[in-house]
Amino acid sequence: MSGKTGNGNGPSRVERRFAALKAEGRGGLIVYVACGDPDPETFFEILSGLPGAGVDVIEIGMPFSDPMADGPEIQAASLRALKAGMTLSGTLEMAARFRTQDDETPIILMGYYNPIHSYGPRKFLKDARAAGVDGLIVVDLPPEEDEELCRPALDAGLHWIRLATPTSDDKRLPTVLSNTSGFVYYVSIMGITGTRSASGAAVRQAVARLKAHTDLPIAVGFGVKTPEQAAEIAAVADAAVVGSSVIERLKAGLDADDRATPGLVDGVLGFVRSLAESVRKARAH
Amino acid sequence: MEALNTYRGGPDERGHFGHFGGRFVAETLMPLILAVEEAYEAAKKDPGYQAAIDDFAKHYVGRPSPLYFAERLTEHFASRGANGNKGAKLYFKRDELNHTGSHKINNCLGQILLARRMGMTRIIAETGAGQHGVAVATVCARFDLPCVVYMGTTDIARQAPNVFRMKLLGAEVVPVTSGTGTLKDAMNDALRDWVANVENTFYIIGTVAGPHPYPAMVRDFQSVIGNEVREQMQAAEGRLPDTLVACIGGGSNAMGLFHPFLDEPSVRLIGVEAAGHGLETGKHAASLAGGRPGVLHGNRTYLLQTDDGQIIDAHSISAGLDYPGIGPEHSWLHESGRAEYVSATDAEALEAFQLCSRLEGIIPALEPAHALAYVAKIAPELPKDHLMVMNLCGRGDKDVFSVAEVLGVEL
Repeated sequence: MSGKTGNGNGPSRVERRFAALKAEGRGGLIVYVACGDPDPETFFEILSGLPGAGVDVIEIGMPFSDPMADGPEIQAASLRALKAGMTLSGTLEMAARFRTQDDETPIILMGYYNPIHSYGPRKFLKDARAAGVDGLIVVDLPPEEDEELCRPALDAGLHWIRLATPTSDDKRLPTVLSNTSGFVYYVSIMGITGTRSASGAAVRQAVARLKAHTDLPIAVGFGVKTPEQAAEIAAVADAAVVGSSVIERLKAGLDADDRATPGLVDGVLGFVRSLAESVRKARAH
Repeated sequence: MEALNTYRGGPDERGHFGHFGGRFVAETLMPLILAVEEAYEAAKKDPGYQAAIDDFAKHYVGRPSPLYFAERLTEHFASRGANGNKGAKLYFKRDELNHTGSHKINNCLGQILLARRMGMTRIIAETGAGQHGVAVATVCARFDLPCVVYMGTTDIARQAPNVFRMKLLGAEVVPVTSGTGTLKDAMNDALRDWVANVENTFYIIGTVAGPHPYPAMVRDFQSVIGNEVREQMQAAEGRLPDTLVACIGGGSNAMGLFHPFLDEPSVRLIGVEAAGHGLETGKHAASLAGGRPGVLHGNRTYLLQTDDGQIIDAHSISAGLDYPGIGPEHSWLHESGRAEYVSATDAEALEAFQLCSRLEGIIPALEPAHALAYVAKIAPELPKDHLMVMNLCGRGDKDVFSVAEVLGVEL
């Protein structure tokens, strides 16, 4: 059954956060950042500033050399991060460091299986839990491969967040939603991150379809780029996920050698603030 | 059902060969992968499907390809032995004589007929050396389907003749700039295309890799190679061959040759990976010799990767072997010990390329030149009645420009 809690000791951070959003009567803002982009210290400044800028849930991308489901922006961000020395253990350290200053904002790690496979799945789950990570999205682990990491992750007290897509029809949805916990990430377009955008009407319909199958909150992402789009999504879903366009802002603050320039962090956080403000007004009208 | 003590029973229903293989893809692709599997299972039960493949294989591709006794190379290797009484009897399986010049068309034929059964109206593919891309473009022209081929910019530069061939055949060749612009990057971009176009697009994967059912399906289509060798060797020598040798990038020509012989314990199977500048230099494409198990492009298999699980770019003089992974069934045959995997360097392959051209009047592709380089190492000391079959899986026309460059010859 869906709706498992991520840990055994009462509601998890993710559950508390979505309960709070519900109480406030608004949709949430989830922001994706690629860990270590463009360099570890600049990244940590951005990460630290996200809650203050109005982000409700943080998705930290675990950089991978071959991110098949991602578009050019996130690919480039991953490669910048790897070039600047980021690793999977570095990503866990980053999460742990964030936790020393923020014990409330949920952290979801998102990425691909191979670095985890290489790190050792059991050790990874233990270390991620210890670092204060709340959930995982592993793009290339479908339900058919649940024994690999999904079930062990749930046992370890981590949320397992699955991507549901327009191809997840009514026959497929129960499979997708089984063993999903925390929230469901609905991929609103057929394609890779940061390319096309879905219409508000299509998203409304898709969310209604998902809600018929699950009580979990529904976050909607892929192709959500502007404050206006984020608001449109947050009006009909439980949260909007923005990634590529945040990374575009980051890229605008890089010099020709991909080094951070002085205004970079403010530029990124300013854009995130505009997303958050827009999302907060979404259900007011 | 196969008996339990068989090497030919795999994969299981979830696509696993031992713990290799599987279906490691994004959810967007999952329904499509399942649909391909379902369609393929249904097609296998339809005699009309196999009959159509056989018909095109005979009249369009030119199968069966000959099993040719390479007499002059056999004499050459015998003369290299420590005494005059040795030297294996070498046969070439001439899959370079197929229409389009390599074994790749065997698989493309099976897949495009499947795509048509599924009602798909657009074909995509990845290519390294361009042999697979040319084969896909060929069947797309023949069956009137639009074709998009993803090819790394590095490979486009070193395989210009094949790029032009694909264009002549009406395909769109999309240059891939991500990563190092080679086969793995082309595969990433083909997968990205597929995710965005699942409703009308069929992805013709060129090797025995990717998510289930591709490794098994491509193997089945390529097994025509081994099945023919079995019959032809029976006719020529009245018995099974002793050793089979094939080069390995993703491993489709090797798997096609090996698979019908997996349960013949007397037949030694040798796969030759590309050692590039040498295994010790780190600049190679030998996933089994220099990699470890991981997950990429939909399956668990041996991969070239860093300690952090980042994929390392492969290197080989041969664009067709330049892939940091290997088909999952090979990983399983490697760990189970049923097949042996060795390697040959760029330099050794170049030497074999020239040797084969001069002695047999056959310019091989650089890919099977790696297999021949290994044959050169072991043939001289094997007994004269030792029957060895090497899969000459591609012709070298596409490579003459890059070989000329390496040899310092200006054309």
